[in-house]
Amino acid sequence: MISLSMLKTTTAAAVLSLAATQIASAETLRLLTWGGYAPEEVIELFEKETGHTVEVTKSNNEEMIAKLRATGGGGFDLAQPSQDRISGPQAEFGIYKPIDLSKIDDSLFIASMLEATKGNTTVDGEVYGVPHVWGTSGLVLDTEAAASVKDYTDLCNDDVKGKVSYRLKRPTLIGFAYSMGLDPFAAYGDEAAYKEIMDKVEAKLVECKGNVKAYWGGGDELMNLIRSGEVVASMAWDTGGWKLNGEMPNVTFVAPSSGSLGWIDTFVLPAKGKADDAAYAWINFVMRPDIAAKITNVAGNFTASKGGDAGVSEELKAKYQKSYPAADVDNIKWYPPVPAGLEVIEGGVLDRVKAAN
Amino acid sequence: MTSGRSLGFYLLLAPVLLWLLLLVIIPHIDLALVSLRERVGVGQYAFSFANFLTFLNEPLYLVTFARTAVMSILATFITLIVGFPVAYFIAKMARGKLQPILFVLCLVPFWVSELVRTFGWMILLRETGIISSLLQWLGLVNGPVELLYNDAAIMIGLVYTSMLFMVVPLVTTLSTLDDSLIEAGYDLGGSSASVFREIIVPHAMPGIVSGCIVVFMLSLGNYLTPIMLGGKDSLWFTELIYSQFIVRFNWELGAAFGFMLLFLSTAIVWVALKLTGQSLEKTMG
Repeated sequence: MISLSMLKTTTAAAVLSLAATQIASAETLRLLTWGGYAPEEVIELFEKETGHTVEVTKSNNEEMIAKLRATGGGGFDLAQPSQDRISGPQAEFGIYKPIDLSKIDDSLFIASMLEATKGNTTVDGEVYGVPHVWGTSGLVLDTEAAASVKDYTDLCNDDVKGKVSYRLKRPTLIGFAYSMGLDPFAAYGDEAAYKEIMDKVEAKLVECKGNVKAYWGGGDELMNLIRSGEVVASMAWDTGGWKLNGEMPNVTFVAPSSGSLGWIDTFVLPAKGKADDAAYAWINFVMRPDIAAKITNVAGNFTASKGGDAGVSEELKAKYQKSYPAADVDNIKWYPPVPAGLEVIEGGVLDRVKAAN
Repeated sequence: MTSGRSLGFYLLLAPVLLWLLLLVIIPHIDLALVSLRERVGVGQYAFSFANFLTFLNEPLYLVTFARTAVMSILATFITLIVGFPVAYFIAKMARGKLQPILFVLCLVPFWVSELVRTFGWMILLRETGIISSLLQWLGLVNGPVELLYNDAAIMIGLVYTSMLFMVVPLVTTLSTLDDSLIEAGYDLGGSSASVFREIIVPHAMPGIVSGCIVVFMLSLGNYLTPIMLGGKDSLWFTELIYSQFIVRFNWELGAAFGFMLLFLSTAIVWVALKLTGQSLEKTMG
């Protein structure tokens, strides 16, 4: 009897230690991302397939960089800033580590998008980012109540007075500059020229302030303003417009005549990330066409996954095609990398607009 | 004997010292060092007072600070005016079970987070909100009225948020006031006004001062309420600090702003104490 119970104990111990070694090889992936980029369903599939576990923290560009800067690139194993916000902060704060491209399955990516992102996120010959989700920002309008609005500057028209909302952030400055016939991206390398453009934009935004109901901060805030009818014209992301279109047929995303602004959110490895294997596994997992389609259906935006649009719902595809006739797609202005230091110029402009009466 | 007692003394002191050192003093030294450097190139910094000069030379920042301070002082004053009768009723008029019930009722709104409370005000005040709809239904106004996104909305939010921190110290001090003193005041021919002025207010002074300091500091350092209720003209000093740190990646200027907030708010409290002839020692005693 005694020997039998001893046998049981040893077996149990052996099983336990076996389980322990398996757990040790599985890692916890701390993912710093945007809302919708890591749906519950995808996380479950990933955990089942690889044994890694995923902890998601939702954030935005500025907060991601601020968080990583505060810890010197620690606390997270994988982050998803936009491609234009990688080389500047990397040169300034050193918060990322280079991506080992041999661990990425590049056959999963749309080649042109992968190459463009690699080029924009290269610092000192090392690549720091690969693309994931892309989309545009432009106008989200009630097409009946705000029929006169065709471009960003039309938000200052009298017939939408008090019913306009946009963010006090850099996309607004860039969008208004283009709409005013200026070219801010061409002036990125020249601080003096950029400041001149921003001064003109500042004057326009101050003049336009009376039209604004409220400057929105988060996507949900804007949704509420539009749903209630308090706002009929706004600057926002394409997905926000498509989402509202499902509830309010009049409201949709419109590409402004001066061109939408295109962004690509990427994958980067924080400098002090501890679960690189899990991070690479996640990248290769979510770029698979079937998984990418699931993410598109939740987030609303298309991904850089080759063939990832095949599994996307017909409804979303139709909305995309309606907002983007072919000419408008060619007119998308993709954000080039932001040189360090421009944020200070923009910051001053935004502060003064906020303070103006 | 002496060594044993001093060991116990230091053991008791240790948590306080550790708290102050690790969570207050060291971070402030670090913040001070950050505020005293200037970015001269990519990833390069040099010692300079440029950030403090920026604060002093840019009227926008000074105006924002002045606005924040004035609004906070006003909010403190309104909170005192509204809170005093409430506290007096709870401490002196309410009897038996009513007293704890009223006290708990004051507490209840604080069981949910500040964010939820502020959202509550947004639902009430917005153009398509409850008050606007009610006014239209009653026929008092013709179209929807926007009550949100102005300074009055910020003020309502601030007073509502800090109410408890005024009522609690006031109830505590007022409940120690012996009723017979008030009766004696009336017996000696005092009017309601003179009893209030000569007996109740002097006795409640420590509560008034500590309540006012807490409410003032809470309002000055509030971030959520002004941002959410204030809309496009909100302009609050903490918002400037947040945007320097998070949106502009300019920790240096943000740290300098943080220190200016610390200095100026301390100065305001000090001046207020001097003007009213109060001192922190008396308040604590």
